[in-house]
Amino acid sequence: MQKRFPRARSVNGARVALVERTLLRTPLYERHVALGARVVPFAGYEMPVQYAGVSEEHRAVRGDCGVFDVSHMGELHVDGPTAQVFLQEMLSNDVDRLEDGGAQYTLLTNERGGIVDDLIVYRFGRGVFLLVVNASNRGAVYGWLKEREPRGTEVRDASDEYALLAVQGPRSLERLGLPDAPAFTHEMGELAGIEVMICRTGYTGEKGVELCCAEGDAPALWDAVLSRGATPCGLGARDTLRLEMCYPLHGNDITPETDAISAELGWACALDTEFTGVAELRRIKGEGPARCLVPFVMEERAVPRQGMPIEGGGEVTSGTHSPMLDRGIGMGYVPAASAAPDTELVVDVRGKARRARVVKKPIYRKES
Amino acid sequence: MAAPESYPDDLRYHPEHDWARVEGDEATLGITWFAQDALGELVHYEAPDVGTTVSKDASYGEVESVKAVSDIVAPLSGEVLEVNQKVVDEPEVVNEDPYGGGWLIRIRMSDPGEVGGLLDAEAYRAHVAEQ
Repeated sequence: MQKRFPRARSVNGARVALVERTLLRTPLYERHVALGARVVPFAGYEMPVQYAGVSEEHRAVRGDCGVFDVSHMGELHVDGPTAQVFLQEMLSNDVDRLEDGGAQYTLLTNERGGIVDDLIVYRFGRGVFLLVVNASNRGAVYGWLKEREPRGTEVRDASDEYALLAVQGPRSLERLGLPDAPAFTHEMGELAGIEVMICRTGYTGEKGVELCCAEGDAPALWDAVLSRGATPCGLGARDTLRLEMCYPLHGNDITPETDAISAELGWACALDTEFTGVAELRRIKGEGPARCLVPFVMEERAVPRQGMPIEGGGEVTSGTHSPMLDRGIGMGYVPAASAAPDTELVVDVRGKARRARVVKKPIYRKES
Repeated sequence: MAAPESYPDDLRYHPEHDWARVEGDEATLGITWFAQDALGELVHYEAPDVGTTVSKDASYGEVESVKAVSDIVAPLSGEVLEVNQKVVDEPEVVNEDPYGGGWLIRIRMSDPGEVGGLLDAEAYRAHVAEQ
């Protein structure tokens, strides 16, 4: 039996532990409730999963502009004269290539090349860095770095001091009155009189910004963004948008047990630098991974979900219904021999064999 | 567009949020406003085959939204006469019109006496209020 109407379930299908503790709230909780959002427990927070509806919010981001409260994400300051050397040893990408005002997608890896977290590192100046990490990994990343923190580096969890809004969509800059700027850059600025860090980053595949502000300024910033015509969007649309773009979700597609090469994240690993697990990643790259994370679309009407077996020894790690393609889409690990685009897969959808096809990234392209 | 909340008086209800419209020895079945609202926008309807039988309190199919999948529980027992192909093709019809165009199957009842065990609209509304 499937569970009936599992309200207290996270959007990505991961089971939410029913533990006796108070869930945290972002500074925008009252705003979400007032807007009629459906609120669910996610990564220890009470987060809006949807307002008007997942598909409607999804289309708002693809066609115009949407705003997400992602204040549950963690912000870690890593500062000091040895901070850059330290981050180069901890993170998979090449921190030395970051300039002031730059941002970089990177991985915190373990000795096996597994992924402790995927994150974005922002450089403000020599020895001044900010890491924006997944909400569910905030404690793990902080603990990992703090334990290894060398003399001359200070790691500080400042997550509770900041709020983070993602404003995404083709009209987002126009609506916010912001000039265009290269992706993966950031600058300090002002919006509606509020001091914000404007980051040219996102998780939707659309043009847009992520705005980081002081926790106390979040409601005013949220109101200003909404008044400029952004559609409030929940975690449901965030998941369908990122999956159409094949952006991995930590905890689903990538975990401490999955290595970066098999996860097709080799592009975020500077294998010519020395970082935790690099030897293992070089070996896997040299030998070729046994399994690969691939995107796929369903050829029959069915919605793939995390944990469903893929015939021949694979498994779905993320699945949903694509609002843009109006069909089931997903990502999953398959044997390397089945990883090439156009390979036919068979997904076991609750006991029924359903055909799917491996596709190239991204699953959804604007031009198509 | 989602429909406003309603529980029509002419229907009978199963506590698992399914409805039945009884006409002679036939019944049309679907899920209630509460059920579609809890699930959100439906994207898939896994329907039973015509000619198969459904049993009261047992699952006869699945409806799936972006967020969740749910069994559909039969409020009555009988043989499947017709499946609503419109919902198979466009599952969101259930959200727009759960008691009209969003019906799921039509059955010939094998035990019309089961109807007496279902909730009327007033009792079902009270049940929903407790959820």
